[in-house]
Parts: sequence; structure tokens; C-alpha cells
Amino acid sequence: MTAPAQSGEGALGDVLRADAGVARADVRLWNATFRLLLGWRTVLILLLLFGAWELYVDLGGANTLILPPPHQIAQALYDDRSLLWSNFLVTAREILLGMLAAAAAALALAVSLHLSRTLRAAVYPLLVASQAIPVTLVAPLLVLWLGFGFGPKLIVIALVCFFPIVVTTVDGLAAVDPDLLKLMRTFDASRASTFRHVELPAALPGLFTGMKVAVVFAPLAAVFAEQSGSNSGLGYVYEQAIPQLLTARAYAAVFILAAFGISLFAVLTLAERRLLPWAYEPRGEIAR
Amino acid sequence: MPAKGANIQVRVRTVEAPESERRERSDPSGVRVLAVDRAFVTRRGQVAALGGMSLRAAPGEIVAVVGPSGCGKSTLLELICLLQVPDAGTVEADPAALMPQRDLLLPWLDATDNAALALRARGMPREQARAAARPWLERFGLAGFECSRPAELSGGMRQRVAFLRTLLAGKPVLALDEPFAALDALTRLEMQGWLASLLAREPRTVVLVTHDVEEAVVLADRVVVMSPRPGRTVAELEVALPRPRHRTDPKVVALRERALEALGIRG
Repeated sequence: MTAPAQSGEGALGDVLRADAGVARADVRLWNATFRLLLGWRTVLILLLLFGAWELYVDLGGANTLILPPPHQIAQALYDDRSLLWSNFLVTAREILLGMLAAAAAALALAVSLHLSRTLRAAVYPLLVASQAIPVTLVAPLLVLWLGFGFGPKLIVIALVCFFPIVVTTVDGLAAVDPDLLKLMRTFDASRASTFRHVELPAALPGLFTGMKVAVVFAPLAAVFAEQSGSNSGLGYVYEQAIPQLLTARAYAAVFILAAFGISLFAVLTLAERRLLPWAYEPRGEIAR
Repeated sequence: MPAKGANIQVRVRTVEAPESERRERSDPSGVRVLAVDRAFVTRRGQVAALGGMSLRAAPGEIVAVVGPSGCGKSTLLELICLLQVPDAGTVEADPAALMPQRDLLLPWLDATDNAALALRARGMPREQARAAARPWLERFGLAGFECSRPAELSGGMRQRVAFLRTLLAGKPVLALDEPFAALDALTRLEMQGWLASLLAREPRTVVLVTHDVEEAVVLADRVVVMSPRPGRTVAELEVALPRPRHRTDPKVVALRERALEALGIRG
């Protein structure tokens, strides 16, 4: 690199180089996310799977009413696009708000469990036990109690999603090096100050890990909640399509949900890398 | 010259064995550890870390503590920092800030925020704390790295940031727990020279725990040699040599040999 002729140019050059660096990092980040969403290897596997599926059905391996071939599902995706889209919006809203409620509740609970030994001893076992209660049992009761509206869906999704977030966040909070806590003590830091400056930031990667695990279950929970009683949403479309022998439409609904699940996972991964770059700092790569 | 935010507190806190009363004093007293016992309960039963340990560091004095592994050196520092209470005996110390063996920098903060952690911990607003830390970073040879996160710093730089963080806590006593043990041999030599010149400019009461006898003799006014567990003082060596000291100086070598002898190691 040649030395700049003037200091002004040099400063400008530095800014531009810094900008270019940021832009390059951004492009890399987007590429990485896109690869995560749909890399060529994934596409190849999907093509092979769909090809095998198509051949199997076309060669008479299964009744198309039971297992519609991929081209019929694609046809249904196109033909029923307005029906699927409007119901997707309903389900997507449930999932997004359900996840948000789950994350907020989980964070609050994790922090309380971390700060109070007593609470932790009392509540943690109950929390684990609560996950053994089948949602299949709770969801219809919630519908009876709260009706066909938005409320029961939100609760069911939050119930399914909040547990992994609590566990990973509590672990993150507890994983702070005890020597660091001693150090903060000798700095006269209050409990609140230590929590804010040391423990909470240290737990954020755990929070994101929990959310990435939870978000995969959110569509499942949404469908289940809708099937327990509703008049809209992709779960409802699925439930209505099966008895009408519109199997391709039911499969189309499932495809949309799967794609949405992958997208949410990718968005969370992207957000994590943007918000917590320090957790992704290169630690030296191994040559291959 | 002490910077803003690094002003020395002169309040003295005293911890005695639990049955004794707690006293507050106002004159600086350095560090006094008198006939302290401290034991821990582990899975393998009770382990006595310290047995009758005594140590004195006058205000502004640099005392190095050397001893075999597991002789209770870290326990001694935690007692001085009032993180532990002795089972018997007394610990009397000016407020002390700890510098742990590993740098333990927070990976999400840049060098400036890490150095300013003690100020932030006390509730100082971020910009003010950063402004207070910035001139020190330059003095610590970290100019140009103010906004680098720990992952982008070398081992020596990280250790300097960690040391600055402890210094900016503004305590009259620095409790250094093998501060250079994790560094490579060359960086360690460099950092020892750096610490010697820093303490010449910024005198503090220092209790330096180390397993490096040479480091102790080069840096300290006095070297305290501890016995194996349960740790107590077996020898005290005055290092009345002018600074800067060189490790090849025959007087330094002689003192090192005497310390090693007290540790039961013959050169």
C-alpha cells in the first residue's frame, strides 16, 4: 500500500477502507446466512429427495390421495396461494408473538432463578416436570377456557418454547467464572452492578441458543394449537383439507411451515452474529 | 500523578477472626496478616491451606510471596482482599483490588471499557469512565488498541489491560496473583520490566504472589518464602538493591539462590 500524499486523503482513505471492511463483513454475513438457509448441498439433497418421491408415486408406489407427488403439491401451492397466504399470516403472527412471549418469560424466569437460590431450588424441578405434561392435554382445555381466538395459541406456543430458553439462559448466567465475581467484589461492585456488567452479557449467547432450539418447535406448537380449536391458520387449513381429500393442499401447508421454521432459525442466527459479534471472534483456524 | 477516578481511598477495613470485633481505622496501614489459619472442606476432607501465616506490607512497599504449588498463596490474597475470613488470627488491610492469574477480560468489551470496568461497577457513566481510562491506555503502551476487543490483543496487551483495570479501581493495595504466569517467557521478562517502571511512577502497596523466584527478587522490596501446605512464612529476604535491577547482577543472583534454598531447592 502506498503512503497517502496528504494527511486529509489518508484520513479519508482510512474511513473508506473501514467502510469497505464493514461492507465486506456484511456481505460475508449475508452469504453465510443464505448458505445456512439454502446452500447448494441442501438444494441437491432436496432435489434428490423430491425426485425419488415423484418417481415412487408416478410408478404406482402410493395412492396420490395419500401421498401426493411433489408436482401436485407445487400446483396446490400456486392454486391455493391466496388461501395459504392469508392463513400463513395468521400462523406467522401466532409464532412470532408466541416466541417473543416465550423469550421474555424465559429471560425473566432465568434471571429470577439465578438471583434466588431458594427460588431455584423450589421452582426448577417443577419447571422440568411441567415439560412432561402433554400439550395435547392442555391445548383443548385452553380453548374451552379462552375460546377460539388468539390467546390459547399464544399460550401453547409460549409453553412449548420457553423451556429450552430458560435452561440455556440459566446455564449461561451460572457459567460466569467465579474469579470474575471475586474481582468485581474487590471493585466494590454491588450485586446489581455485577449482574448488569458481567453476568447478563455473558448469558446472551445462551439466550440465543435457547431461542434457536425453541424456534424449531414453534410451528409444531402453532399447528397443534390451531387444530385444538380455531377457524384460521395453516393448522386449520391442514385440518380442513384432509377430510376433503385435498391432500396436496395439506402438504403445501406443511411445506410453508417448514420453510418458515428454517427462515426464523436463519434470522436468529443472523441477529446473533450482528448483536454478539464477540461470540464469533475468530480463534484461529485449523488449516485443512 | 493520579488521574481522575484513580484517587486512593484511605479508609481501612479490618477483618478479624469471626468472634473478634470489627474495627474501622483511618490511618493507612498497608497490609497486616497475623498468625492466620484457614482451612477448606473438600471432598477428601478438611484441607488446611494456611497455618499460622503472617505477613506485613508497609504502605508503598512491594512484597513478593513465593512458595511451592498449593501452599495457600491465592488464599492469602483472597484474605487480604476480604473475600475470605480467617478461621483464626487477624487480617488488617487497606482496601485491596485483586488481579487474578488469568486476565479474565470481558470478551464483549473493548480495551477501554475493560480497563474502566471498576469505574463502571461503581456506577460512573460510560463516557466518563472511558474518558478516565483513555490516557492510561496510552501510558500502558496500548495506544491504537483502545477500541480492540480482547480477542484482537496479544497476551501481553491483555495482561496490561487487566492490570490497568485493577489499578483504576483506585485501591491503595494491589493483590497480584501470579500476574505473568500465563505469558510466554519473553513477554514475561518484558512485562516484569514494565511493571517495575510502572510501580516506580505509581507507588502502591503491592502483594505479589509468584512462583518465579527471580521475578520476586527483581520486583520486590521484600521476598516472603512460604512453606508447603499448610502455608506459613519460613523466610523473609530484604531486597535492598537499587532499581532498575538486572537479573544477572551477582547480588540478585545471590538473593535468588537464598530464596531457592529457603524453598528447599538447591541450585
